[in-house]
Amino acid sequence: MSDFDVELDTSGMNCPLPVLKARKALSEMSSGQRLHLIVTDLGAKKDIPAFCKMTGNTLIDTNDQEGKIHFFLEKG
Amino acid sequence: MTKKLAIIASKGTLDGAYPPFILASTAIALGFEVKIFFTFYGLTLLKKDLSLKVSPLGNPAMPMPVPVPSIVQVIPGLEWFATWMMKRKLKAKGVASVEELRDICVESGVELIACQMTVDLFDFKHEDFIDGITSGGAATFLEFAGDADTTLYI
Repeated sequence: MSDFDVELDTSGMNCPLPVLKARKALSEMSSGQRLHLIVTDLGAKKDIPAFCKMTGNTLIDTNDQEGKIHFFLEKG
Repeated sequence: MTKKLAIIASKGTLDGAYPPFILASTAIALGFEVKIFFTFYGLTLLKKDLSLKVSPLGNPAMPMPVPVPSIVQVIPGLEWFATWMMKRKLKAKGVASVEELRDICVESGVELIACQMTVDLFDFKHEDFIDGITSGGAATFLEFAGDADTTLYI
């Protein structure tokens, strides 16, 4: 499990809310800080990596446990 | 260089409202510049008071709890029921409301353009619409769409 500065739990939220909430959280963070994003939307498995790729943020780690996907993002 | 997304929103139903607002809000989150041109029935998506409905009539793919033959779908109240059912499902599945997505679009800088010709055609009044929108015609849209990376007609 990676270290993080901010945690955001979007459990129960569906597309496109996890991406929109992640963007909002990252906009309030500074470069190099890490976001722990918790998602239950299955579409996010591909959406969050696509979001990171297009916005210059780095996806450090992903793990899937008990129906929840945990993403660790580093702000670019 | 900033990517651009141009959308024409032509539908004014509850289900038709989702694709333009979902794609626009997500595109902004991905760093796009976005403009949506609302024309014909799509204009109702800009009204302050959104009372959007979904109808199973003429929409055989709409999942219903029990099969409802077309002849029965004209019964008053069935559209109300289908709308109520859809809204309840959207909420239960954690899908944002149309109002919520539209607010995010406005706050995050999506340009919402009302088709002036349709506003005149339907005698809509600008005070019926939410604040912060612009208006324009085909050339306004095409000027932006001409340079856009993605253009969608919904």
